[in-house]
Amino acid sequence: MAQVTSPNSASGLRTKRSVMDRIDAPQIVVFAAAASMIAIVVLLLAFISWQGLQLFLKDGVSVGEIFSPNWNPLADGGPQFGILPFILGTIVVTAGALLISTPLSVGVALFLSEVAPQWAKSIVQPALEIFVGIPSVVWGWLGITVLVPFLADTFNGPITISLPIVGQVFSMPGFLTGFSWLAGSLVLSVMVLPTITSVSYDAFRAVPQELRTGSLALGTTRWQTIRHLLIPSALSGVLTAVVLGMTRAAGEALAVQMVIGNSPTMPAAITQPVTTLTSQITLDMGNTVFGEPWQDALWTMSLVLLIISITSVVLVRVINKRRLGS
Amino acid sequence: MTAANQALGRDGGPKPSLKGRGSRGSILADRAATAVLWGAGALVLLILGSIIVHFAVAAWGVVSPSFLLSDPSGDTLGGILPILWNSIYMLALTMLLAVPIGILGGIYMAEYARDNALTSAIRFAEESISSVPSIVVGLFGLILFVDDFHWGFTALGGALALTFFNLPLMTRLSEQALRAVPQDERAASLALGATKWQTIRHVVVPLAIPGLITSVILTAGRVFGEAAVLLFTAGVGTPPHYNFLNFDLTSPASPWSPFRSATTLSVYIWKLNSEGLGAFKNQIVDGSAAILISMVLMFNLGARLIGRLLTRKLTAA
Repeated sequence: MAQVTSPNSASGLRTKRSVMDRIDAPQIVVFAAAASMIAIVVLLLAFISWQGLQLFLKDGVSVGEIFSPNWNPLADGGPQFGILPFILGTIVVTAGALLISTPLSVGVALFLSEVAPQWAKSIVQPALEIFVGIPSVVWGWLGITVLVPFLADTFNGPITISLPIVGQVFSMPGFLTGFSWLAGSLVLSVMVLPTITSVSYDAFRAVPQELRTGSLALGTTRWQTIRHLLIPSALSGVLTAVVLGMTRAAGEALAVQMVIGNSPTMPAAITQPVTTLTSQITLDMGNTVFGEPWQDALWTMSLVLLIISITSVVLVRVINKRRLGS
Repeated sequence: MTAANQALGRDGGPKPSLKGRGSRGSILADRAATAVLWGAGALVLLILGSIIVHFAVAAWGVVSPSFLLSDPSGDTLGGILPILWNSIYMLALTMLLAVPIGILGGIYMAEYARDNALTSAIRFAEESISSVPSIVVGLFGLILFVDDFHWGFTALGGALALTFFNLPLMTRLSEQALRAVPQDERAASLALGATKWQTIRHVVVPLAIPGLITSVILTAGRVFGEAAVLLFTAGVGTPPHYNFLNFDLTSPASPWSPFRSATTLSVYIWKLNSEGLGAFKNQIVDGSAAILISMVLMFNLGARLIGRLLTRKLTAA
């Protein structure tokens, strides 16, 4: 190598280059730009953790107390800061959304990767991209103007299931206003559809073509190939997709807040109003004063949200590592 | 073809089935599954189509030049001029911050980053910010800019919070655009004696321009519709009448100043809905939502069109 470069080193170009190489200002600048994301995360974690811990450090609320079902910051006998209704609300609304969205999204992903001819793909894929771009307040507004009235008008009586002989086996109050757990889950299910679809689609595309042809050559139908080969092979990718969808659903604030009715009680039935971590923060943050215990409880709730999202990032990494490892 | 069909078990002929029997059943199941999957694809189009039609109908008679160009009013339909202005202003301010940092970060990740702990820390940060709920990013902005810096609710605070939130997206899309440039181009440039930075500046980045523009437009689409980040950073108040000739950037009354509160379209929709006041609330929200959706469509189609045009132009040259 030295022999090859030595004739050049005499020239001006070579000298200039070695100076550039040594300082390499561009590399420092581009590195700083990329590393700024580390700084943002560290600062964000530090600030939210600090604020989120004030409820325990400054206001003397015990960690056990926040896992009580009673939320009443203005109670006469001293405020109650049980955030369990919000945590459970977030869990059930998210779970409902995933139950609705996962089969549909995986179906769309399979359609795009296995079934759709080129022309159909070139319509559905851009449509999904537009889905991603629709702002969450617009989804919320659609929920309020279309979905909520529909639910209230269609299922306003009690919902019961009766069997002959046995009699009534299931009963649930109907929608009063339409603002409900189900409305929240339905709105979220559409919002996470593009996320779950695109990540599962990538997972299905990553299954080698030879496996498909091999399976088909054994005389299986396409559906048998999908069921017995593609879905098992792409399972960890689909799981990643669901976790990412879950993260998005649990963190979504405005669309959910607009349609779930925001009643700070434990979730009772899918027809009834619920509340979530994000929606309570959205509603109360503006009505509270910085430093008062009520607002500190909201910061604690945002710390819980932060923990949920960082956990899911780690979870996705673990799932992917296992996939690459095996 | 017949042989192929037979091999695929589609004509019900003798076939070495995995299950051994039920070939007719499995063919029926296959047909049913195919129909269901087509249905799933069609449902996506149906939902999107109905949304577009819904807002086209809802906004009919609301969105007009006067709606776009007048101030909000208490007793008449009024307009959304200052709010629309704020949306565009916030978009410009955010992109001014996010585009350079995102592209530079993308250059590092695509061209310099080695497979080491530092790179994986950056990736972890990238993924973490992407998964942090937007409302939490807004709250971070609230502590940092509104409370600690004593700025109050400002356009700049909102734009910075939006930059934090969208930097990972911008960085990742830029990285992908740069990685798509063939390795040969770099090798050729380096072989001519160019330094690494010269290669990046004069070869890699120009070739990646179509992809970079697409990333800018896609990020812009997300910034334009974002509301949760801005609720507690840029404020939710109905803007006053703006005097667009007031170029005094230090004056909080100037629409050009970054140190004033700036309610955007998305935030305005949320605010109108939660306050529930005004006889024309529904029309105003429908009109604003229709404008947001049209902008999203434009950003999307724009990204596609410009990307395609530039690719054709640059590859033909």
